Amino acid sequence: MPRETLDSKLAQIKNEIYLLGSMVEQAVLDSVDTLRTRDLKEAKRIYDEDNIINEKRYALENAIIILLATQQPFARDLRLLAAMLLVVNELERMADYAKGIAKINIKIGKADIAIPVRDFQQMAEQGVSMLHRGLGAFIEQNPNLAAAIPQEDDIVDQLYNKVYRTAIEDAVAHLENIDQANNILWIGHNLERFADRVTNICERTLFITTGELMEMDSSDDENDAGGD
Amino acid sequence: MQPSQFDENPKIIAHNFNLFYGDFQALKEINVDIPENAITSIIGPSGCGKSTFLRSINRMNELIPSVKTTGQIKMDDKDIYKQDVVELRKHVGMVFQRPNPFPKSIFDNVAYGPRAHGLKNKAILEEIVEKSLTDAALWDEVKDDLHKSGLALSGGQQQRLCIARALAVEPEVILMDEPASALDPIATLKIEELIQNLKKDYTIVIVTHNMQQAARASDYTMVFNMNPDRSGYIVEYGSTSQIFTNPHEKITEDYISGRFG
Repeated sequence: MPRETLDSKLAQIKNEIYLLGSMVEQAVLDSVDTLRTRDLKEAKRIYDEDNIINEKRYALENAIIILLATQQPFARDLRLLAAMLLVVNELERMADYAKGIAKINIKIGKADIAIPVRDFQQMAEQGVSMLHRGLGAFIEQNPNLAAAIPQEDDIVDQLYNKVYRTAIEDAVAHLENIDQANNILWIGHNLERFADRVTNICERTLFITTGELMEMDSSDDENDAGGD
Repeated sequence: MQPSQFDENPKIIAHNFNLFYGDFQALKEINVDIPENAITSIIGPSGCGKSTFLRSINRMNELIPSVKTTGQIKMDDKDIYKQDVVELRKHVGMVFQRPNPFPKSIFDNVAYGPRAHGLKNKAILEEIVEKSLTDAALWDEVKDDLHKSGLALSGGQQQRLCIARALAVEPEVILMDEPASALDPIATLKIEELIQNLKKDYTIVIVTHNMQQAARASDYTMVFNMNPDRSGYIVEYGSTSQIFTNPHEKITEDYISGRFG
């Protein structure tokens, strides 16, 4: 096998991307769980440990750039490495949503507000499930699996719309709650964007396998995380 | 693959071209068009007929007695195998793997071709030598040493001298067989830059084993491979950007990503 070095380094990077993905999944699940427990120390830990994810992303980016420079890949290898560069960036940005939720949680502090925890948990679980399978499809380069995931974003969008309506109705009925309603909206927005970004990963899986850059159907928009 | 594969005007068209060395078929059913004023690279594993095809374009293969061809190669719509070969080679210059300047002065090396075609006027020869050396990106380095031996130049300069020698007879097509494989990286990049500058006036076809060179320096890439009977055929031909980012054929994919060949 003439490209053993390249293949073994690609396998290492794939493993590291898996690991980064699981760190991101854990961060978002933890951040939503602290909304339930209102454990602000834990929220602070999640906020601080986003740095570990950032560092891992840069280390991976560096490893990918070194492979591009030293192995001079073409065709599918080139597409894979180019896609990996984008995916590690997506994962890091997804972790920022967990950090954003932790920050809002700390901001809410001891205030007595009704957080729709169950809805947020469902949004997080759905988003994490999509990420888990989306990243699996990416690593395995399975276009069929990747193509089926973005449509599930509708589930997250519906939950977000429900949270959104409730928060707005509450703010209109109780103007004194407007700041808290805003915090709820931002949490929902972060979770909604988290799921959107899975679509970008799925698009890259199709790029690797077909060579085509195409937009898949999702309610993708480009607003900020708001909390980072 | 039929002619008119690309939007560009084809300068050279091969149509059902086959080449035999005695009983051995070296090229099988080659159908391509090579665009004018563009750089086309030919890549593929050793022994698959890349250089044989290149040499077919100026009929250098005829120097081997057992060679027989069928089909056509046309330049500007005229069958090159039905033309005067000396006239053809005036229009189709060639640069080889190792720089091969004549053991003559730099000036005489470049003036060799025009003189061989009967040009004697010194002023015109001087003009041709300066223009050819300038186009070959060598003039500034040698303008004060034109009487020195071409063999005294560095390898990279010698190769550019050979390019200048090819340009001096004002060809329309330049064939290059691994023109940079004997050069260091800087000299290689100079040749690649030079080729880029030449394409506005010439049609360039280059055989290379260096995949990065094909990717960097050419507009179109032709991928050759061998059939089980060892005859060469074209696997895939497309824009260089397509071939190196998203080849359509698995053989191309495996070859350019270093997993075969």
